[in-house]
Amino acid sequence: MFKIIKKEALNPTVTKMVIEAPLIAKKAEPGQFIIIRAKEDSERIPLTVADYDRENGTVTIIFQIVGAGTMELNTLNEGECVHDFVGPLGRASEIEGLKKVAVVGGGVGCAIAYPVAKKLHELGCEVHTITGFRNKDLVILEDEFKAVSDKQVMMTDDGSYGEKGLVTNALEKLINDGNQYDEVIAIGPLVMMKFVCKVTEKYNIKTTVSMNPIMIDGTGMCGGCRLTVGGETKFACVDGPDFDGHLVDFDEAMHRGTMYKEFEQHAREESCNLLNMEVK
Amino acid sequence: MAVQRNMNPKKTPMPVQDPNVRNHNFSEVALGYTYEMAVEEAKRCLHCPKKPCQSACPVAIDIPAFIEKVANEDMEGAYEILSASSALPAVCGRVCPQENQCEGKCVRGIKGEPVGIGRLERFVADYHREHSKEAPKMPVSNGHKVAVIGAGPSGLTAAGDLAKMGYKVTVYEALHLAGGVLVYGIPEFRLPKKIVQEEIDGLKAIGVDIETNMVIGKILTIDELFEMGNEAVYIASGAGLPRFMNIPGESLKGVYSANEYLTRVNLMKAYREDSKTPIKKSKNVAVVGGGNVAMDAARSAKRLGAENVYIVYRRSMEELPARKEEVEHAEEEGIIFKLLNNPVEILGDEDGMVKGMKCIEMELGEPDESGRRRPVAKEGSEFVLDVDTVIMSIGTSPNPLIRSTTPGLDTNRHGCIITNGDDGLTTREGVYAGGDAVTGAATVILAMGAGKHAAKAIDEYIKNKNK
Ligand SMILES: Cc1cc2nc3c(=O)[nH]c(=O)nc-3n(C[C@H](O)[C@H](O)[C@H](O)COP(=O)(O)OP(=O)(O)OC[C@H]3O[C@@H](n4cnc5c(N)ncnc54)[C@H](O)[C@@H]3O)c2cc1C
Ligand code: FES
Repeated sequence: MFKIIKKEALNPTVTKMVIEAPLIAKKAEPGQFIIIRAKEDSERIPLTVADYDRENGTVTIIFQIVGAGTMELNTLNEGECVHDFVGPLGRASEIEGLKKVAVVGGGVGCAIAYPVAKKLHELGCEVHTITGFRNKDLVILEDEFKAVSDKQVMMTDDGSYGEKGLVTNALEKLINDGNQYDEVIAIGPLVMMKFVCKVTEKYNIKTTVSMNPIMIDGTGMCGGCRLTVGGETKFACVDGPDFDGHLVDFDEAMHRGTMYKEFEQHAREESCNLLNMEVK
Repeated sequence: MAVQRNMNPKKTPMPVQDPNVRNHNFSEVALGYTYEMAVEEAKRCLHCPKKPCQSACPVAIDIPAFIEKVANEDMEGAYEILSASSALPAVCGRVCPQENQCEGKCVRGIKGEPVGIGRLERFVADYHREHSKEAPKMPVSNGHKVAVIGAGPSGLTAAGDLAKMGYKVTVYEALHLAGGVLVYGIPEFRLPKKIVQEEIDGLKAIGVDIETNMVIGKILTIDELFEMGNEAVYIASGAGLPRFMNIPGESLKGVYSANEYLTRVNLMKAYREDSKTPIKKSKNVAVVGGGNVAMDAARSAKRLGAENVYIVYRRSMEELPARKEEVEHAEEEGIIFKLLNNPVEILGDEDGMVKGMKCIEMELGEPDESGRRRPVAKEGSEFVLDVDTVIMSIGTSPNPLIRSTTPGLDTNRHGCIITNGDDGLTTREGVYAGGDAVTGAATVILAMGAGKHAAKAIDEYIKNKNK
């Protein structure tokens, strides 16, 4: 059992939890993930490590309430425990030696992009961050990003905060302004990563993306997380989650991501009903 | 005491659930012998002085001796003999390929059916579990610590043996539940999870610590396990990494590895209405492969409501590697065997969903290295099987988590850990390995046997070191 030390709503649909897990906190690196089960009969949900505190022995996760599983997780409160917490899984991001990097985060993907930006900053790299959200209400981690960025660009789809437009517009502008990046790191929805890769391909800039397919075990046992990268089958949980974005078959990944859409919708409605009943 | 021999050429039949009932539920298929049936069957043993059955048992159970006890209605005596050699008799009685082992060598099998050794083993273990009230004795500690990686049959066996010798054993398991393939792979209808749980509780009762959610190689390395005071490490991490065929269409929605399908069903209980883990509701399913894993996947799909379930296998019935009983049960339950067929492509619709599988007919040619006749494609014989789900069950290999984080641990080109023969010593001092992690996907009994040998070798190693 793993205790929830702190819980905070970052926006109406995104929650941050700080969880006591000293052994994982000691080993976790940016880019890695954990698998969490809220209760004894819950689904196994993979979530990227958003932060860690080696001294206090805690791991921070940030999740969007999208399905029944994350909704259930969100019913747990400070002081309560999650049933299972496994990690750190996957490979750490390879960021040593980079001099100038653009980190692009979209939506809740910013939670994954942040520790990478932070680590780059600590390593003395020049970090430009571009964060994109649908609107002002959904903005998360703004101050955190500012603290680790040499340049920070905030984008919203509707222009309600920062600049209006997509992260790809901002990235292309920075590149055209003469910024020469060693690498672009893009983390967010599949479509966003796909289009960031289209931009960087044009300018021939190495691009790393973080993939989050459907997973069960996270140890290479089920193959459910497989992706096609450069024509080869890769398991995101052991070979990734970071991959060379120019080699990833995004269209296939997008298709695979919708495998359980109907089940999810149904389960979500059911848990909403249950929650409503509990509230009454 | 002399017993009246039973000269019936046939085995006492095993009571089973009716095929057309059981293919809609997940309760155990074979119901087990009654007391009277067990005694009857035990009387069929001729007590051959050479005991060919015993020499064909990977853990050398004294089979005629335990059967004699059953014939004399001394069930506890029978259990003692079984448990002297086997750590998991209730499991092995259910899942061992007896026809290739003990029963394959039984003299009664020459002119009729062999003695139902597996059925008797199961009966004795179940009888003991249901009747024995004796609390397990806590062994006296010898003050030494050993770590075991993986809580499958191999790791659990080694842990049990070492604990009985007085070692403080901690088993580290990656999943949230101990049991390995016994809980995530083999379905409830063949091996009730309650039985596995009771075996595990038995180990805990003698002081074995089982730490779940611990992926060794990630949270702790083998070097760190030594730093924590363990004097030896036993690696029993299995062979879980599924293989795919590398044919077009394998990434379509509706294509599963057997491991994923079975894990969803067994570990995550997707067969229950209230499960929070989804699984596809399929109508027509093709399972590619012919081993126990393929049979389990096919029979699970049928139970989940599929109308037509096909086993697509590139050789013939004779080469089918699954246990004979499982093949028979699968046939009775209405699984359709498409033998001498090989998939060449999986076809999808515009949504990326499986809509069919293109296969080619095969015929058997010259024998290959394995001695089996090599299947060759019949040109121009392609056809499309109308399916919406494809389950790939063509084998697994060990995952890379441990080998990639343990310097000095040698593996072969399949990723299997290299050991020096029987005692399981790897290329690292104090590190032993066994089970599927060494052999590649094999059997429960071999994995268990490896655990026993390693426990003995680890005991000798630690004793010598501390002399
Ligand atoms: C569906 C199916 C049906 C089968 N049917 C039969 C049958 O009828 N008869 C038969 O004899 N055999 C059968 N087998 C084969 C048999 O189950 C295996 O040979 C046996 O379980 C191997 O035991 P093991 O202990 O070596 O490995 P496993 O049972 O695979 O256990 C390994 C354990 O190690 C854990 N692990 C892996 N990596 C790590 C890590 N890095 N850190 C910590 N833990 C880790 C895994 O999660 C797992 O729990 C079947 C297998 C399957 C998949
Ligand atoms: S999550 Fe199962 S193999 Fe990656």
